[in-house]
Amino acid sequence: MRDAFTRVLMREAAKDPRLTLITGDLGFGVLRPFWETYPDQFVNAGIAEQSMTGLAAGLAMTGRTVLTYSIGNFPTLRCLEQIRNDCAYHDANVKVVCVGGGFVYGSLGMSHHATEDMAVLRALPGVTVFAPGDPAEVEAVVPVMLRTPGACYLRLGRGGEPLLHEKPVEGWTLPRALTLREGADVALLSAGGILTQTVGAAKQLAEKGVSAEVVSFPCIKPIDRDKVMELASRFRHIVTVEEHSVVGGFGSAVCEALADAGSGCRVHRIGMDDVYSTIVGTQQYLREAYRMDEKAICERTLAWMEE
Amino acid sequence: MTYTEKTHAGFAGQPDVSDPRVLAWLIRRHGLEMTHISRGSHIGAIFSVAEIMAVLYSGVLHVDPTQPKMPERDRLILSKGHAGASVYAALAERGFFPVEELATHYANGSNLSGHVSHKGVPGVEFSTGSLGHGLSVAAGMALGAKKDQADWRVFCVLGDGECDEGSVWEAALQAHQYQLDNLIAVVDHNRMQSLDFCENTLALEPFGDKWRAFGWNVIGVDGHDTAALQAAFAQAKENRGTGRPTVILARTVKGKGVSFMENDILWHYRTPQGEEYEAALKELEAQRP
Repeated sequence: MRDAFTRVLMREAAKDPRLTLITGDLGFGVLRPFWETYPDQFVNAGIAEQSMTGLAAGLAMTGRTVLTYSIGNFPTLRCLEQIRNDCAYHDANVKVVCVGGGFVYGSLGMSHHATEDMAVLRALPGVTVFAPGDPAEVEAVVPVMLRTPGACYLRLGRGGEPLLHEKPVEGWTLPRALTLREGADVALLSAGGILTQTVGAAKQLAEKGVSAEVVSFPCIKPIDRDKVMELASRFRHIVTVEEHSVVGGFGSAVCEALADAGSGCRVHRIGMDDVYSTIVGTQQYLREAYRMDEKAICERTLAWMEE
Repeated sequence: MTYTEKTHAGFAGQPDVSDPRVLAWLIRRHGLEMTHISRGSHIGAIFSVAEIMAVLYSGVLHVDPTQPKMPERDRLILSKGHAGASVYAALAERGFFPVEELATHYANGSNLSGHVSHKGVPGVEFSTGSLGHGLSVAAGMALGAKKDQADWRVFCVLGDGECDEGSVWEAALQAHQYQLDNLIAVVDHNRMQSLDFCENTLALEPFGDKWRAFGWNVIGVDGHDTAALQAAFAQAKENRGTGRPTVILARTVKGKGVSFMENDILWHYRTPQGEEYEAALKELEAQRP
């Protein structure tokens, strides 16, 4: 996903010479083509996320679209107040980009596990929150994000995720959810890079005779309420999947939309329980350990459907 | 009597706010009245920063009340947002909005929040209130101006207690690294913070050496001497082209202008009411330029 991001950004930087990327001293293997090609549109703020974000707000106020870039919780939680006060409150055109949403840096420990970012950023008025599910979604949403006024948050996964959409996502508009697989028995709703597991779970369910619809939500705020309502009208059970706490994130956003509409549909949230991770391992190991890998999604969905 | 009639009483006609001593006096007069009406806090900080604001708004800043968003304007960020009343007073006196509106400070539904806010207030560049934010944003604006080869400059007024915040020093490193000689920070160095003197809390001295060590052009000045402040700002202007940001360390007195408020931490919070309000007013009246 991060490679797709750099690819799109290079294209956009060529079109908009005022587009500026600020890094918090990270992105060695990712941003290099950018700083080599567009040195005047690149700033290294050093290991100083608070000031990086304030700097971005000030730079944006000189008529620029500015991206801040770092990994894990550094571009978000470390400088949350700067995002809230300096960027969002001032409608500053700042796009906060995180590489490593969820357990991407699984072996590096709890400090590097970004498992509350969507909840926290979603709570800020005026911040649009993007969580694309595969490189095709990154290609689709990044240009839209750069044209969305005000503060935005982009949660990316890692490098090397497989393409899950069979063809490019054309003409994407905010906040449209994308159906990857149609089904009749249960709906699996997914946000972010965990989409690989959600799609895999649907395949496993199919082997057990259960037809699962898979819908990816590359934008969780605003959320595609029409799609959520349509799914609620067609399915008795909705399962939300996110590599993130079940408190306040994507599943919560779906619940809020349904509660506002008074839907009687059952929603089951898969994600991190309300705890911090205390073990380390690869991203896939931790997904399994915290029961959000494709097998766990399949098993948990079947159990809920039998309730 | 209207708010304006009351605060302008004693002036023959419209006060001449191009004279920084007149503007500084009016900032104090409004600061007293606004915190009195609202039962608000921070009069000590409003009084310590009065001359700094007055010198900026009486001539140093290139701003136009008829075009508050003029692209080539100088930008001012008051990072110590709790002294917001000083900015509101200066802007109102410079004609950005009616002086009468100052009476709504802190009031239900007012735009004039205790900490400076830009929403609905013409001339306020940036909202603050949480300390340690302003210098980073000012650096971002200055970086943008440099990239655009624009002539306008960025000013940022900080508190000394605010320099406890690590983000101030992050911004200090960045401003030096990016050679922001179009950025002028002013520290309202009244030596006091919320609970005690700075030196008893987190010692800042040798304060000038700290900024120098960060690569800044440091100018020390009596922060209540308007002529000295004007000279310091002129010196800062000359610094353009050196690649170094400037910090003016303005030695001030918290609560300056009212004897019983000076250097007393109580007046960080206390609101002037009753006999104290009357006594403060009397002292200010005696200082009218």
